[in-house]
Amino acid sequence: MLGALIIVFREVIEAGLIVGIVMAATRGVPDRSRWIMIGIGAGVLGAAIVAMFAGVISEAFQGAGQELFNASVLGVAVIMLMWHNAWMARHGREIADEMRRVGTAVSEGAKPLTALAIVVGLAVLREGSEVVLFLYGILASGTTVSSLLTGGLLGIAAGAAFSALTYFGLLAIPNRYIFSVTSWLIALLAAGMAAQSVQFLNNAGLVIALDHTVWDTSWLLSEGSIFGRLLHTLIGYTERPTEMQLVVYVCILIAMFVLMRAARYSPRHSAPAAAE
Amino acid sequence: MRSVLVAIGTVGLLIVAAAGARADDYVLTIKEHRFTPAEIKVPANQRVVITVVNEDATPEEFESTVLKVEKVIAGKSKGVVRIGPLKPGRYPFVGEYHEATAKGVIIAE
Repeated sequence: MLGALIIVFREVIEAGLIVGIVMAATRGVPDRSRWIMIGIGAGVLGAAIVAMFAGVISEAFQGAGQELFNASVLGVAVIMLMWHNAWMARHGREIADEMRRVGTAVSEGAKPLTALAIVVGLAVLREGSEVVLFLYGILASGTTVSSLLTGGLLGIAAGAAFSALTYFGLLAIPNRYIFSVTSWLIALLAAGMAAQSVQFLNNAGLVIALDHTVWDTSWLLSEGSIFGRLLHTLIGYTERPTEMQLVVYVCILIAMFVLMRAARYSPRHSAPAAAE
Repeated sequence: MRSVLVAIGTVGLLIVAAAGARADDYVLTIKEHRFTPAEIKVPANQRVVITVVNEDATPEEFESTVLKVEKVIAGKSKGVVRIGPLKPGRYPFVGEYHEATAKGVIIAE
């Protein structure tokens, strides 16, 4: 039972971290719970479907289907996170002001929620399909089902609790800073996802340039440990990054920074700018 | 931009290479949640393709942080794992769903 709990928890914790950050990043946005629930629901449904077709996906594209699928899922998530951050750079201050005045709720559009709901859905989909397959394996093997299933369910519950912990931890940050903190968390999250995505493309045999390992910090922090996994999700920690992973990581961070700057300085009040 | 060009060029090369080379130089079989052979020797400093055949009815996840691979292989099916180039050394891997028994190591030399 403990084994099942740990395996499931390890998978759920990654999606849980992302959900927690997204919840904090959308603080004060109306209807966000509904959107996030839709994301989680769609992710779970998607996970079941992906698990069902695991064999088919795996054998597609000359055996590289699963890698291409994972790379695409991560790629789309990166784009959605960038979109969200750009939007937030433009509207974050208004939301924070509004929150200070009336406590919650703003009337600003629901646009970034679609983006973040998709991110949540994709995170749940990716990690969830592995959980579904694992639990299915337990059911199919037929032995000591109940204790292993209990372990699995407890693992999911522990992951959800972790998600809540992330959320409430981030809530402790004062309103004034919360959006800049979550924006940077999201930027690092996106950079890490992009680096992971390009590694999947490498595993698929597609992007095999710059594939030498740059350094090895496994002696310092194993990526397999819980803390290593957390950092892996949070900032993209990789114990043996390839050159390509580093290039992609840095490029996404720079792109995110430029995008947030550009969004912030675009003429929000559409007044003719004298300097231009 | 340059990396995109490199990627496109690589795809082209790969398609050419795929036409020539067969993917099943190395085969790893999962049976009763164990890998056979539990030890594979591969050449160092080059890309290697391993076909993992899962003869069990239950799915397994071939996982190795050191090899940078995470791949689910459905029950009664097979998956292709691409690794390398590896520096000479030992690279352990596990079947994540049955870590107690499903263990193995790739030796690059």
